[in-house]
Amino acid sequence: MAFSEDSGCGYQNFNFFLAEKKSAKAVADSACSWPGAPGVKLTARRSSLDHYFPSEVLLGIAGKDFVILAASKAAMRGPTVLKAEDDKTRQLNKNTVMAFSGESGDTVQFAEYIQANAALYSMRNDTELSPAAVANFVRGELARSLRSRSPYTVNLLLGGIDPVSEKPHLYWIDYLASLAPLPYAAHGYAQYYCLSILDKHHNPNISLEEGLKLLGLCTDELKRRLPIDYKGVLVKVITKDGVQEIPFDNDKIVRSA
Amino acid sequence: MDKLVAQYSRPHQNEMYSEQEQQDLTASVPPLSLKFSLPPVDNHSAFLRAMTDDHSNPSCPIKLAHGTTTLAFRFQGGIIVCTDSRATAGNWIASQTVKKVIPVSRLSRGEDKKTDKPTPGLLGTMAGGAADCQYWLRYLSQQCTLHEIRHKRRITVAAASKILANLTYAYKGYGLSMGTMLAGMTPQEGPALYYIDSDGTRLPGNLFCVGSGQTFAYGVLDAEYKYDLTEEEALNLGRRAILAAMHRDAYSGGFINLYHVKEEGWVHHGFDDMNPIFWKTKLEKGEFSNVTSAL
Repeated sequence: MAFSEDSGCGYQNFNFFLAEKKSAKAVADSACSWPGAPGVKLTARRSSLDHYFPSEVLLGIAGKDFVILAASKAAMRGPTVLKAEDDKTRQLNKNTVMAFSGESGDTVQFAEYIQANAALYSMRNDTELSPAAVANFVRGELARSLRSRSPYTVNLLLGGIDPVSEKPHLYWIDYLASLAPLPYAAHGYAQYYCLSILDKHHNPNISLEEGLKLLGLCTDELKRRLPIDYKGVLVKVITKDGVQEIPFDNDKIVRSA
Repeated sequence: MDKLVAQYSRPHQNEMYSEQEQQDLTASVPPLSLKFSLPPVDNHSAFLRAMTDDHSNPSCPIKLAHGTTTLAFRFQGGIIVCTDSRATAGNWIASQTVKKVIPVSRLSRGEDKKTDKPTPGLLGTMAGGAADCQYWLRYLSQQCTLHEIRHKRRITVAAASKILANLTYAYKGYGLSMGTMLAGMTPQEGPALYYIDSDGTRLPGNLFCVGSGQTFAYGVLDAEYKYDLTEEEALNLGRRAILAAMHRDAYSGGFINLYHVKEEGWVHHGFDDMNPIFWKTKLEKGEFSNVTSAL
């Protein structure tokens, strides 16, 4: 079974409910929500961004035959850490995982909507979607949502192994529905600290062990320089054999220069 | 009263100044705030912000030269100071050839002859408003020279940085914009590095990156920094950290300006175009693997 356990409800009903709800909403929106429509204020459309809290950490590293996704474990709201073992990832199928950050509420809603629709497609067509297919589907959904009355404010990393070619794929997707295939990627403040490290130390042929070492370099830097404690990262590794949560040493003490 | 004082005070006899005389000399510097005319409005800092802050007002009349990456770190062999060379005013690249490392103190100012030998003196870096940094580091240079003449010895980095920090603190709220590092080696202190900014912050430390590209430079630097770096390793790490920031930060770029501060003074290690260095790094070392070089 490809779903994570906390999806809870019978996923078929769940899925149809959501799919129906979304499309009904989209029809209603399309009548009056384009930016130049009379009476629609542009500023109102962006208001959900004001709450976006970019100190969530998302990191992705693709290597020779694997993709690592790491997501910070803190669920924050305002000045409070609501939960310190939050899982900001959802498994979309046997060989694809999505990590998400952004507006609380939107994130899980969107991820599970995608999760359910990916499963629905696979069941109807008796086929497994490739990471590329899922990524383009996700992008399409985000692009559609962006022009609606209430867009999803969600940033994503999507990692997977193509079941046919067995090649690793990592996609960077933001709430404005940009899609970029990359060898390594990050969201939020982690971009500012980690991309320069990955620019220097990454190459596409690294082994899983080297990849985890590289991730350690990144998390060390975040611990050293980010003023907020993100409560460590949850690490998922995707290989041709499937998805695995890897134990990661988050208690290491990092000394500052 | 003056008569009384004159009666009991002695004329100068020895060359060295007493504590009191030193105090008087320092106090004879005219008060700073009188030197500048201010706009005839109630709240100068709010007025300045309205005229210059292009975050809240993209069509503001004055665009300040901003955006930079500068770094400096202490290591076993002295201090490495490295900067980019881009000056931006809003989205406009105003210059690609800015010298953001400014020699401070009399013996190492621009008018002195160029030599390959180390030049004694301090180095200052500029980030933030270009004019503020240039003006106040030159002012600091003047104060350091006066210190040298008055006391017959070079100023310590601690004292120099305090002059600048007191200055920026005195002007706090007037809209100064500078983030600067002072690096130098004196017999009293050894290698010393201070961070001073326009809030009035003054911090001694081992490693600082300042400017819009600071995070990128910190990333590379922190990952491999240790105090026991050799001179060559330190120079390469400084150069590579600035390259990382120039590559990722839109407001940094141009040339890599590299200095090494040693016991005898500072040595310049080149003002080099980032472009060939970037491609050499990519193609020979296989770094920057997200950049495609094939068509």
